[in-house]
Amino acid sequence: MNKTVNQKAWFFVLPVLILVAFNAIVPLMTVVNYSVQETFGDNVFFWAGITWFEDVLRSSRFHDAMGRQLFFTFTILAIEVPLGVIIALAMPRKGIWVSVCLVLMAMPLLIPWNVVGAMWNIFGLPEIGLLGKTLNTIGFDYNYTRQPGDAWFTLIMMDVWHWTSLVVLLAYAGLVSIPDAYYQAAKIDGASSWAIFRYIQLPKMKRVLTIAILLRFMDSFNIYTEPSVLTGGGPGNSTTLLSIDLVKIALGQFDLGPAAAMSLIYFLVILLMSWIFYTVMTRNEEQ
Amino acid sequence: MARISLSSLKHSYLPNPSNDADWALKELNLNWDDGGAYALLGPSGCGKTTLLNIISGLLNPSHGKVLFGDDDVTGLPPEQRHIAQVFQFPVVYDTMTVYDNLAFPLRNRGVDEKTVGERVSEIAAMTDLTEMLGKRASGLTADGKQKISLGRGLVRTDVNAILFDEPLTVIDPHLKFQLRSKLKEIHQRTANTMIYVTHDQTEALTFADRVVVMNVGEVVQIGTPEELFETPHHTFVGHFIGSPGMNVIPCKIDNGKAVLSGVSVKTSNKAATDVKQAEIGVRPEFISFAKKGLEVQVTKVSDAGRFNIVDAILAGNPIKLLVPEGSPIPSETAHIELKADRTRIYCDGRLAGLEGAA
Repeated sequence: MNKTVNQKAWFFVLPVLILVAFNAIVPLMTVVNYSVQETFGDNVFFWAGITWFEDVLRSSRFHDAMGRQLFFTFTILAIEVPLGVIIALAMPRKGIWVSVCLVLMAMPLLIPWNVVGAMWNIFGLPEIGLLGKTLNTIGFDYNYTRQPGDAWFTLIMMDVWHWTSLVVLLAYAGLVSIPDAYYQAAKIDGASSWAIFRYIQLPKMKRVLTIAILLRFMDSFNIYTEPSVLTGGGPGNSTTLLSIDLVKIALGQFDLGPAAAMSLIYFLVILLMSWIFYTVMTRNEEQ
Repeated sequence: MARISLSSLKHSYLPNPSNDADWALKELNLNWDDGGAYALLGPSGCGKTTLLNIISGLLNPSHGKVLFGDDDVTGLPPEQRHIAQVFQFPVVYDTMTVYDNLAFPLRNRGVDEKTVGERVSEIAAMTDLTEMLGKRASGLTADGKQKISLGRGLVRTDVNAILFDEPLTVIDPHLKFQLRSKLKEIHQRTANTMIYVTHDQTEALTFADRVVVMNVGEVVQIGTPEELFETPHHTFVGHFIGSPGMNVIPCKIDNGKAVLSGVSVKTSNKAATDVKQAEIGVRPEFISFAKKGLEVQVTKVSDAGRFNIVDAILAGNPIKLLVPEGSPIPSETAHIELKADRTRIYCDGRLAGLEGAA
C-alpha cells in the first residue's frame, strides 16, 4: 500500500494545537519551570535542580497530606460504588417513577461545588444546623469544627451525598441495557437473585462501573472546593487534603518552587493510578 | 416429561380487554404430545411468542389453564415447570466458561459436582462443544452461543419440553441448516418435546412433525407439513405456506358449486348455501395451461430454476401458475385448467364443509 504524503494536513491540526498550547502546555511548562528554580522575587530565578522534588518527597507534611488523600479517596469509593449499585438495583425500570427517580438522583450533581460545601457547613453546625443540632440533641458530642473525627465524618457524608448519584446513574444505564431475555433465561435456569446479580447484572455493568470508579477516583483525588468551604482543612491539619495543602504552599506561603514540584508529583500520581486502575479493570476483556 | 395441554387459554396485555383486537391470544385449546417436534408458525405479531412464554411460565395467561400431564401448572414460576427455553438472541453468562454455563442450571438446583461433570460432558459431546468447554463463553460466535443456550436446556434431566423462540435469527445462513439438522438429531436422540417458534416456513416445515399455524392471535390450522400444503383449512394457511402461496380467487356460489365469470368450476368440496364471501383456493402447482377452459391473460413469466412462475389475470384477479421448465407458455390470452381434487371453496376464509375444526 502506498500512502500519499500530504503535509498540508498539519494546517488543520494547528488551531487545536494553539488552543491546547495556551490552556494546557504553556501553563504546565510554567509549572515545570518553577519546579526546578529558586526565586527571591522580582522575577529573578536561580537554577535549583531537583532540590524541590527531593524536599517534597521527603517532607512529612506531604506524606501526611498524601495519606489523608488516599484515605479519603478509598473511603468514598468503598461507600459510593456499592451504595450506587444498590440504589440503581432498587430503582424502577418502567413507569412514571423512572423519571422521578432520575431527576431526584441528578439533583445533587447540579448543585455548584462551593454551594455544596456551604450547605454542609451550615447543616453540620452544632448550634443551628439540622444535622449538628439533631446529633447533639440525641446525645452525640458532635462538633466538626473542633473534633477531627467529626470533621472527617461530615466530609465523607458530604461527598457521598454529592457524588453517589453519579455512580447510580451510570450503573442504572448499565442495568437498563440488559435485554429481558437474560432475566428470562436466568429464571428458567433457576438462578437465585444473587446469581443473577453476580453473573448477569454485574458483568453487564462492568464497563460503566469502570468509568464510574475512574471518574470518582480522579475527581476525589483532585477535590478542593467542597472541603475547603466545609472545613478549610481543619481542625488543625486533620482534613488537609493534597489540593488544600498545595494551595496553602503556593498561595499562602508563596513557595513557588516546592508548590510546582508538588503539583507535578500530584499530577503524576493521579496519572499513574488512573492508568493502573484502567489496566486492571479492562485486563480481562482482552483475553 | 409429560404431555402439555392448553385449555381455553386466552391472553391480553391490557388490563381490561374490550374488543377482539385487545386479545394478543384468542381462546385456544391445544394438546402437545410428549416427545413431539412442533413448530409454531405465523407472521410477526401473531401471538406465537406470547403463547411460548405462557407455556414456559414467563407470562401468566389472563384466562385458561396450562397443564403438564395432569398437573395444573398455570400459577407456577418457570423454574418449577422444568422447561428449557432458547431465545432469539443468544443468552450466555459472559464471565463464565462454556463448562460453567452448561453446569449453571444444575448447580442452581444443587446437583453434586460429579453428576454435573458427567452431564456436561455428555451434552457438550451432543452439541459439539467439547473442545470449547474451557473457553470463556463471551468469545464464541453466535451459533456457538446458541448451542450453549440449547445445551443449558438439555443438561437438565427433568425437562418437560424445550421451547425455541426463533433461535436461528442471528445465525449466518450457511450455519442455519447445520444447526437445524443438529436440533433434529438431538430431538431424535433425546425424545424431548420441542416447540419451535418461527415465521420462516422452511424452518417450520423441515423441523416439525406437526406445525401449528397462527394468525392474529388465533390458531388457524394444526397439521403435518403435508396436510398444511395439501389441504389448507384457511386461505391464510394456503397463502402463508408454499412458495408462491395458494391462489385465492373470489367467486360466486350457485347451488353449492363455485362459479367463476359465468363458468362453473369443479371443486373437491361444496359450499353451504348462506355464504357471504366465497373464494376458490388452488395452489399454483395444480393449475396448467389447456386448450379450453377459463380464460386468462398472461402478464409475466419468471424463471425459478426447474419451474417457471407465470403471472396471469383471471377475471380481473391476479393468479400464479407453476409451469415445469421446458413446457410451452402461451403469450397473452390463454386457457387454464384447475385440478378438480386440489381446488377448494373457502367461505369467509375457511375451508367450506369443514365443521368444528380449528
